[in-house]
Amino acid sequence: MATHKIHALYNDDDILLNAVKQIREQRYHIEEIFCPFPVHGLEKAMGLKDTRLAVTSFLFGIVGLAVATVMMNYIMIEDWPQDIGGKPSFSFIQNMPAFVPIMFELTVFFAAHLMVITFYLRSRLWPFKKAENPDVRTTDDHFLMEVDAYGEDVDSITKFLYDTGAVELVLIDKEEH
Amino acid sequence: MYTLTTKLKVFAIILMVLGGLLTAVGFFNVPENEAAVEQMLSEEASHGGDSAAASDHEATMEGGNAMEHGDDSQMETGHVTENKEASLTSNEHTVTPHEAEDHSGSHAEHVYHQLVNRPWSAVYVACFFFFMIALGALVFLALQKVAQAGWSPVLFRVMEGVSSYILPGGILMFVLLLLSGLGLNHLFTWMAPGVDDPTSPAYDHIIAGKTAYLNVPFWLIRAGIFIVGWNIYMWNVRRFGLKQDDSPEGNIWYKKAFKHSAMFLVFFIVTESIMSWDWILSLDPHWFSTLFGWYVLSSMIVAGITMIALVTIFLKGSGHLEFVNDSHIHDLAKYMFGFSIFWTYLWFSQFMLIWYSNIPEEVTYFVARIQDYNLLFFGMVVINFLFPILILMNSDFKRINWFVVTAGIFIIVGHYLDIFVMVMPGTVGASWFIGFPEIGAFLFFAGLFLLYIFNSLTKAPLLPKGDPYLGESKHFHY
Repeated sequence: MATHKIHALYNDDDILLNAVKQIREQRYHIEEIFCPFPVHGLEKAMGLKDTRLAVTSFLFGIVGLAVATVMMNYIMIEDWPQDIGGKPSFSFIQNMPAFVPIMFELTVFFAAHLMVITFYLRSRLWPFKKAENPDVRTTDDHFLMEVDAYGEDVDSITKFLYDTGAVELVLIDKEEH
Repeated sequence: MYTLTTKLKVFAIILMVLGGLLTAVGFFNVPENEAAVEQMLSEEASHGGDSAAASDHEATMEGGNAMEHGDDSQMETGHVTENKEASLTSNEHTVTPHEAEDHSGSHAEHVYHQLVNRPWSAVYVACFFFFMIALGALVFLALQKVAQAGWSPVLFRVMEGVSSYILPGGILMFVLLLLSGLGLNHLFTWMAPGVDDPTSPAYDHIIAGKTAYLNVPFWLIRAGIFIVGWNIYMWNVRRFGLKQDDSPEGNIWYKKAFKHSAMFLVFFIVTESIMSWDWILSLDPHWFSTLFGWYVLSSMIVAGITMIALVTIFLKGSGHLEFVNDSHIHDLAKYMFGFSIFWTYLWFSQFMLIWYSNIPEEVTYFVARIQDYNLLFFGMVVINFLFPILILMNSDFKRINWFVVTAGIFIIVGHYLDIFVMVMPGTVGASWFIGFPEIGAFLFFAGLFLLYIFNSLTKAPLLPKGDPYLGESKHFHY
């Protein structure tokens, strides 16, 4: 049996937000929403989980701090503790203020860059990625909601989506992809 | 309308009475004369290494500079090199720049002056600290008005309440400065008679070169102008806010407050710099630092914002600020977090630049602090930086009251210690201790502060109903 999904297009973010709320109340399943810009409160309305990107960033920052500390300790204190302009290279703590700028910058560097890379990996973004855009208008002025129609009555779900303010409804046969 | 509860009133009065008693004990415990100090010192010396002060001292030297290792490459300054020759016990005190040049005075005389200074410095630190909190809150209020912040109008009355303390605080501060200027204490070494007289044994040519700026009348006049200027703004902005409530049409009073706030911020940034040189930096008149004004400012503003957050949470907890939601607390906590880091940045910039270049005339400031105040000096950085950053980094924690209160208490205590470490080494040197006068003065001013600010919170409705941004602020959501 072929499964279907419905592409409902909206042209206003407020209408979209209301539609999301109504659809979730009816227990229809929203697969994906495509927007031309961030709609505030959409992730709350859809019930998406919070991102954990900030946590990864914090951990990456700790890694950066550790890298800087270990590197400066090895190079400046353990490997070749030269007297450079009278700086006390006898132990790490004695010369620490001179290392703080490096420690700070590497913490920020690791936290920022590794978080960005994590974001790319997690959202599957890379330079030659094929765009997954179901309708070109969604990058300009339309909002598109993909609703799973599996096991639902197509006529009633279409009627319902139309009533939520959709300006265009497309029935997609999943096997056609 | 908020009404002052008897509980709070009694609590504040107990703090004041207890604090006043402890401070008085501190003043009575000052040794009567140099002979008494001499006897005290000889008793301490006979205990030898057992005395807590001596072993403490050794420990701090180990931790701070590892001078005991004795390598020449470890020497931080000329002073330290000199100290090494002498026995440890006879050099327990800090060599402040002033004293370093005056080796004629006996050790007992020197310690006697430090001990006499101790209760005065304790009062000075506590008085300045609470004044600074109120001033920081006032600056924050002015910033919010000028920035036309949409989130904060519901907190304006709390900010006005906290900053209202600059009136009694400023008067007390001025009285303290006046007493110092009249020679009742020895806090400011540049006031000592004869420092600018070449024939006097107390002559100090460095200070003598600065007397055009550092002289008591000019110094008091400056202090007076600053305190009056800040109070005029505080009085005006409060008045304009209340009038705006009565006649919101046309936002006449709102616009007036806006203009006054902008002018105040310009006036403040100039006067705050000078104030920090006059009231704090001149305690070490041989030392100077260009970013000192900013450093004091950062301490001031973070303590002020923290106090606003604590008072807000307290009032909300007792049900007086139903229009304040956790997003407002979240924003205040973000400011506490951000300004704590800003403070650390300035602290470290000042420390590291001087540590790195290690020029003897500058570095004595930190040598004194690292040797005699080791735990306090670095502990305060941990309290003011590490604790807030770890407690307040998480977005969810910033909306949980007890997290914000915990971080806030750390920040308040930490910045008290910050001021303590700014003031004490120049006045009491190694004879410092956190005992009766320090705790007493802190409690006394804390009680006065609480009593005054909560009393002024009762004077007006806590919701500034005429503010044009009130609606936005009430529905503020982050």
